[in-house]
Amino acid sequence: METGSPDDTGTAGATEAAAPREAAGPSGPARREPVWTGLPPGLLRMRRLLLVVWLGLLAVAAGLLPALFLEPVWAALAFLPLALLGWGWVMLERNWRSWRYAERADDLLISRGVLWREETVVPYGRMQLVEVTSGPVERHFGLASVQLHTAAAATDATIPGLDPAEAERLRDRLTELGEARSAGL
Amino acid sequence: MSGPGSEEGTTGGGTTGHAPGATGPADRARTPDGHAPNGAPRQPGRTTSGTPDHAPEPAGPAADSAPGTSGTDRAVERRLHPVTPLRRAWAPVAVLVGWAVHDPDQAQRQLTRLTTTHLLIGLAVLIPAAALYGFLTWWFTHYAVTDTELRIRTGLLFRRTAHIRLERIQAIDVTQPLLARVAGVAKLKLDVIGTGKKDELAFLGADEARALRAELLARAAGFAPETAHEVGEAPARQLLRVPPGVLAVSLLLTGATWGTLLAAVVVPTLLWLATHNLWTVLATALPLVGAAGASSAGRFVGEYDWTVAESPDGLRIDHGLLDRAHETVPPGRVQTVRIVEPLLWRRRRWVRVELDVAGSSNSVLLPVAPREIAESVVARVLPGVTVPTELSRPPRRAARCRPLWWRGHGLAVTDAVFAARHGLLRRSLALVPHAKVQSVRLTQGPWRRALRLADVHVDTGANKTVAARLRDAGEAAELLRSQAERSRTGRRDAPPDRWMA
Repeated sequence: METGSPDDTGTAGATEAAAPREAAGPSGPARREPVWTGLPPGLLRMRRLLLVVWLGLLAVAAGLLPALFLEPVWAALAFLPLALLGWGWVMLERNWRSWRYAERADDLLISRGVLWREETVVPYGRMQLVEVTSGPVERHFGLASVQLHTAAAATDATIPGLDPAEAERLRDRLTELGEARSAGL
Repeated sequence: MSGPGSEEGTTGGGTTGHAPGATGPADRARTPDGHAPNGAPRQPGRTTSGTPDHAPEPAGPAADSAPGTSGTDRAVERRLHPVTPLRRAWAPVAVLVGWAVHDPDQAQRQLTRLTTTHLLIGLAVLIPAAALYGFLTWWFTHYAVTDTELRIRTGLLFRRTAHIRLERIQAIDVTQPLLARVAGVAKLKLDVIGTGKKDELAFLGADEARALRAELLARAAGFAPETAHEVGEAPARQLLRVPPGVLAVSLLLTGATWGTLLAAVVVPTLLWLATHNLWTVLATALPLVGAAGASSAGRFVGEYDWTVAESPDGLRIDHGLLDRAHETVPPGRVQTVRIVEPLLWRRRRWVRVELDVAGSSNSVLLPVAPREIAESVVARVLPGVTVPTELSRPPRRAARCRPLWWRGHGLAVTDAVFAARHGLLRRSLALVPHAKVQSVRLTQGPWRRALRLADVHVDTGANKTVAARLRDAGEAAELLRSQAERSRTGRRDAPPDRWMA
């Protein structure tokens, strides 16, 4: 039972996102890099749509209202939300690309963040409960998120925007592994 | 029926003169005082395998024909100490006082209108009402110890039953506030993750509380339920007692003491000079003086006669001058230990040791102790752990991230613990056994990334996070992987929840 030995899972929609980050990767003895799985594009699509809807509304409001009540020149204010939209469009993709997770033999890895990077390792044995949640908007886009809870509240291990089938598979697998390796406090 | 007084005769007679040590493992001896650890009557259906004190058992069934003894696995419900209603009776009075304080003008006006007859009528209504309330809450509160759990049943209108699993006990506290000491009663509190303040037994007779603690610990340790209430208190061996003089000096050498005192003197004076308004000055001075008192005299009184002892049931901590507290932390429950070294204590090589137990609010293990002794106590608390002396500092470039203070950070990872230090003036070294690590995180902001630095956080079950900050990025990534591996394998050698089983 060697850690770091990747499992046969995690192929669905795998983006080959930036392999080993640090140069110090292969220094561990006989340690293979984990197989990372990215998020399906549905999440990006949903977030972008929400961005377009909200900022589009804002742009229309910013374009129309000042122009009606003040000079027409003020319609130029609409460019502000539009610029924000363009920036957000790119940012959302960068953020989405940065999310990835890996199921290893004994623990789950979650890596995320572009500027503020965070990488979390949760040993399966420490899992207290696994939660699959899906809000109305998420459901419409066929998405679900999986959240892991350990006894430590600081553990923030959430994988958003998964395919419901994948989320359920992950939940079942995590629960099964958690039971097999249960360790408690 | 199940008041503590009525059973004293039945069980007291049953346990006097038994041969000690017949049932428990060799390292546990019974209390020699002959006190029945369990106040409940014996259940006739139980089989106790051939113990000498089984002899008076046939006399039992005649005496304990209480209704609770019908089923074999049905636990006997008991009530709290009869003194409890007095404590509850204060609630309506407190409400009244609270109203008076909250709205003084209104209260004053009402008071002037009162005549003696009004007052007498009021008292005649209030006191019985308070007494009734106190009596009812007491009457409807029951507790029972079963093989696996402690049940607390409360509530007159809204029923509430708490089932506390014994093998999940993180700590047991018996506390005696000053008035409770006078009345000879004590509060018993079980720390289990997620329990609220409601799940404490207040009040029990002082002896009964100790006996119940012994029984709960024996059951939690994995003794057979039949023998659990005969095992008695595990013998304790004193590790350390803090002399009052040392405690006083240590408080005098604490910055917080002087800081609050200074604030209590300076701030009201300045305010007086600025405003000449007595009420403003009083309103600020009183809380400040209170804080100053709490941080100096309050701490002295609370930490007076601090005794740490070791027993097979875990660590025992007793302290307090007026309010006595007796805490028991079973083996393997400590999640984090912190060794804090304030600046002014360093010359005397004194340290303060704090510990985190999941679900518990107690955090001090030793208020003050010489470093060597503190380290030996830590080695007892976390078996197989030696406090690392050599810590590796962050790389020099970390100075650009956190000037000066980067030198305070340090990290050492041994086979048993993850140890991280922080603080420059007030150094604090946190130790987390690998087996207690719940998750490991690596974080890196933009500035840290530019400097090729990263932080590694280790989360424990006591909702505390220990962080090794400003490590080299490559080292941190390697640490993240290896720490996850260590925390996983470290669990294998950890003692079981039922430590005697």
